[in-house]
Amino acid sequence: MSAQVEVQTFSFDSISQEAVAKAVALYPPGKQMSAVKALLDIAQRQMARLTGVAWVPQAAMDAIARHLGVAPIRVYENATFYTMFNTKPVGKYHLQVCTTTPCWLRGSDDIVNACRSATGIASFGQTSEDGLFTLTEVECLGACVNAPILQINDDYYEDLDAVRIEKLLDGLKTGGALPPAGSTIGRQTSAPIANQTTLLPANGQAE
Amino acid sequence: MLNDSDRIYKNLYGQLDWRLQGARARGDWDGTAAILARGRDAIIEEVKASGMRGRGGAGFPTGMKWSFMPKESDGRPHYLVVNADESEPGTCKDRDIMRHEPQKLIEGSLIAGFAMGAHTGFIYIRGEYYNEAQRLQLAIDEAYAAGLLGKNASGSGWDFDLILHRGAGAYICGEESALLESLEGKKGMPRMKPPFPAAMGLYGCPTTVNNVETIAGVPTILRRGAAWFSALGRPKNSGTKIFCISGHVNNPCNVEEEMGVPLKDLIEKHAGGVRGGWDNLQAIIPGGASMPILNKEMCDTQLMDFDSLAAVKSGMGSGAIIVMDKSTDVVKAIWRLSKFFKHESCGQCTPCREGTGWMMRMMDRVVQGKAALADIHLLEQMTTQVAGHTICAFGEAASWPIQGMMRAFRPQVEARATDYRPLQPVAQAAE
Repeated sequence: MSAQVEVQTFSFDSISQEAVAKAVALYPPGKQMSAVKALLDIAQRQMARLTGVAWVPQAAMDAIARHLGVAPIRVYENATFYTMFNTKPVGKYHLQVCTTTPCWLRGSDDIVNACRSATGIASFGQTSEDGLFTLTEVECLGACVNAPILQINDDYYEDLDAVRIEKLLDGLKTGGALPPAGSTIGRQTSAPIANQTTLLPANGQAE
Repeated sequence: MLNDSDRIYKNLYGQLDWRLQGARARGDWDGTAAILARGRDAIIEEVKASGMRGRGGAGFPTGMKWSFMPKESDGRPHYLVVNADESEPGTCKDRDIMRHEPQKLIEGSLIAGFAMGAHTGFIYIRGEYYNEAQRLQLAIDEAYAAGLLGKNASGSGWDFDLILHRGAGAYICGEESALLESLEGKKGMPRMKPPFPAAMGLYGCPTTVNNVETIAGVPTILRRGAAWFSALGRPKNSGTKIFCISGHVNNPCNVEEEMGVPLKDLIEKHAGGVRGGWDNLQAIIPGGASMPILNKEMCDTQLMDFDSLAAVKSGMGSGAIIVMDKSTDVVKAIWRLSKFFKHESCGQCTPCREGTGWMMRMMDRVVQGKAALADIHLLEQMTTQVAGHTICAFGEAASWPIQGMMRAFRPQVEARATDYRPLQPVAQAAE
């Protein structure tokens, strides 16, 4: 996505305006700056909704600064400190693969390689030629008993292996929608895949 | 093994209805007004008597923490802040509470808020937990609609608002003062202490920050009594704890067990054992990434609670157990944690900002076989120049994995030493 046109202007659309008003109202009078991360998120989602690319151009940061009545730097420093704000355009599907030790022990190297071969992306931070995928290495996503994990946009895909990730990405390449989030092997969330020892239905636990 | 009847989280795995109706059927919100009618002091005393220690990692006694809040407001509002920024590698327990037992957290927030004189609570959830935040918000909305939150919350006469605040990707925001900075709309950079949050926290007002599992456990403690909770576990390490067992086990899982449970039992009974059998075990990180690693001999007899793990210079931390079998390159596993800490350093303090990058590069050289014995010893010595020299405990968190590796695996690490010498001294600043 190197040929991305610079966004010169940004304003919140009506859907976003409603969300912005709701976010700012959550905090005490004079403390509206607490909503800055929420507003950056709303701006990023608006970009995804209107342009298909989830990111926060500088024009959006400036609009947020005006809305909150703060110097633009107060917004820039938030946008660059927190990893979830994309200060550059990303693909339609943002592949965020966790490679921290718990995922690495369960084979995250295979997931990275599968993502690379399925998308043609050579290294982290790059976007595929068709603009569909950006591959990002992320730190622990906090779903470690379901490792390895790949986060695509808002959703976690868990208990992955190379075969299942390739199938998933092939589906997206051919225009398919994202499958339901969660375990890709049909596991009940964080329960053991076999030989569950606690909270058993026999003890009157399950429905 | 703990009986299911003594488990706080009956819906840990999401097998039952997470919504308000289902939660009520499991006993949530039963007689909440009567609990609050006992009064602030009685609630704090009961929590103290239960022996509950903070479940986020530090293990500070919860009742005592609450008692630090001013008894009377000096005009400033009091705040409860729930730390749901679950980011310690290996940890995924608060996620299950928020998506499967959200009403326990919400009810606990009301009780804790009341006990510290707070009419407002914030739950700071890590940004990546998008779906979990959506669900928790629905649960909060349900609680408001049922009159359990808001004016005269749950018919108690106490007004209490609960606000969900999403983070946006920064491990450091799990540190309580960084979390407060972030909640105020700033970069998550830890504050100097004192003043402590109980004196000057969110917006400069008295604030107490507690972990999700701590707060969510409170309603059950108050319903079943401090004696029930303190009878579980071991002295000064009472109650139950959710353990997250990841890595090289046959059935990775979360499980709520009694404090003080033997590490081996936990893995063999609940997680299907180590891949290839217990004798194929090489190492375990017992409490999340920052807690020092244990070798197999240490694991054979280790009990899982705060004091038992502190006795071997490790820690229970968040209860995240990362298992490594004999196929693992332990040095590389620790290097990856060094890379994590280098990535997550907020950059405020020089020893940490520069030191984490330096430690990561030195660890990389050990992995690559490009470190002499003197380099390894220099690395070990260097960690002591980071730990204890920073505003927050991140310096310790980044140093302990390497120090722990040297304690538990010194012969193996030193065997990686080579006669490698760089062609010329490498000077490299942090990126």
